[in-house]
Amino acid sequence: MIDLTLLPDGGMHWLDASGPKGYIVLSTRIRLARNIHGFAFSQRAGDEDRLAVLERVQQAAAGTPIAGGVTFRMDQLERLDRQVLHERHLVSKELAALDGESRPRVGAALVLQGPTGVMVNEEDHLRIQGMWSGCALEEAYAQLEAIDADLGQRLPFAFHPEFGYLTSCPTNAGTGLRASVLIHLPGLVLTKEIRKVLEGLTQVGLTFRGLYGEGSDVVGNFFQLSNQTTLGKSEDELLDHLGKIVRQVIEYEEQSRDVLLRTAAGTVEDKVWRAYGLLKYARSLSFEETMNLLSGVRLGAGLNLIPGLSVYTLNKLLIYTQPAHLAALEGRSLGDPELQLARANYVRRLLATEGG
Amino acid sequence: MLCDNCKERDAVINLTQVEHDTKITLHLCEQCAQQKGVETGAAVLKSPLGGFVAAMGKGANVLPTPADGLRCPSCGSTLRDFRESGRLGCAACYDAFGPHLRDLLRRLHGSSQHMGERYIAPDTTPDARRELLELKEQLRRAVENENFELAADLRDRIRVLE
Repeated sequence: MIDLTLLPDGGMHWLDASGPKGYIVLSTRIRLARNIHGFAFSQRAGDEDRLAVLERVQQAAAGTPIAGGVTFRMDQLERLDRQVLHERHLVSKELAALDGESRPRVGAALVLQGPTGVMVNEEDHLRIQGMWSGCALEEAYAQLEAIDADLGQRLPFAFHPEFGYLTSCPTNAGTGLRASVLIHLPGLVLTKEIRKVLEGLTQVGLTFRGLYGEGSDVVGNFFQLSNQTTLGKSEDELLDHLGKIVRQVIEYEEQSRDVLLRTAAGTVEDKVWRAYGLLKYARSLSFEETMNLLSGVRLGAGLNLIPGLSVYTLNKLLIYTQPAHLAALEGRSLGDPELQLARANYVRRLLATEGG
Repeated sequence: MLCDNCKERDAVINLTQVEHDTKITLHLCEQCAQQKGVETGAAVLKSPLGGFVAAMGKGANVLPTPADGLRCPSCGSTLRDFRESGRLGCAACYDAFGPHLRDLLRRLHGSSQHMGERYIAPDTTPDARRELLELKEQLRRAVENENFELAADLRDRIRVLE
């Protein structure tokens, strides 16, 4: 089993909720899709080509801000380890090959250095990516841009004068930039304003997804907002637009919370404390129930209803109560009744030491 | 589990609604969820490219077009491969399937002209580099001013240099 404790912050510096609006926005994530000229895209490439791509990326990384990063070879890791990395939002489902019985591609890897890294041989040869706490689009892009520029000096990226950076899927062509903000919107859900907001998003060229990105359901009122298009606008335009809309959504969420407190303070407080009580004392918790309870408690923490409980603790619960993390903790794979017991156990212990 | 609404299709979405202090979780199929205004992850996955490729595919199955056999000289992928998988084989596919992709890119992004950062590969000589940068800047301005004739000309010159 891989020892992720060797990584500073376990690769999740963003968990500390130190970023702007950290109690509403969990994280900002950006990725840039790049391919190396002269190699077929990952799916079409043979094993040797993909290994050559990995080698070239590792060599090139030596002179960039991701120098000295740790490399995780997906094709050499057990499924549980790959799943742990996926649950930390460090690798995609595709790179970790978590669908069905598929095996990771030869050469599929993650190079990780602090909050940034590169997924190698995912859908594209390189997915330069990073994750930061709170709403931090500008800072995030500045760091990735520096890595991209350095890597682009050492590797010939596939670039076209009309279509921009060429990607395996045309939905990513152009800038190759996808920026996502993971945001918690219980106020808008409780006041039933969420539908309007989500409809508005799609009209202004943004899209939303669940906790795990593409293809995942919305649980616990966590939404990932991101740009839909990548071509025809500059990187700054794409980021400015997303940032502007996210700030608006945050404002709506804050207004909704004010309305809730003004009109139904007793009910909200009751919901928050019931959720907290269940998390603190339940003996068996499903993943979905945990997410929903965490949503209630997180709302309470944001409204300063639960003294002494930090958002950092809640963020940790979000990650460490996932199936592979619990299995890693117990040192064996867990089936359903056991998994739910282990989850409740973990939540109880963490809240006993870090709870309010 | 069957969809709570139509009781016919498999439920793939859990929709939690809070009404009058009670939480109701509905298990819905994709169609019913969409009717209720929930944009599903699956729907997002399918659109915009998935839907488009499927629509193209439908037509292609009934009536194969000559363009389906179009083959990329570099990696050997065909346009049909792309229509089925939604993924291209290599960078050269973008030129091999140029006109088809241009249409698709316009539908997906509203434009096929990259307006982001200009990239110059590391093995380009300093002189060619300077010229390329200049041409690319001119191209950007030509596109901005909608001078497409000049843009096409500039694009050709850039391609030769690249």
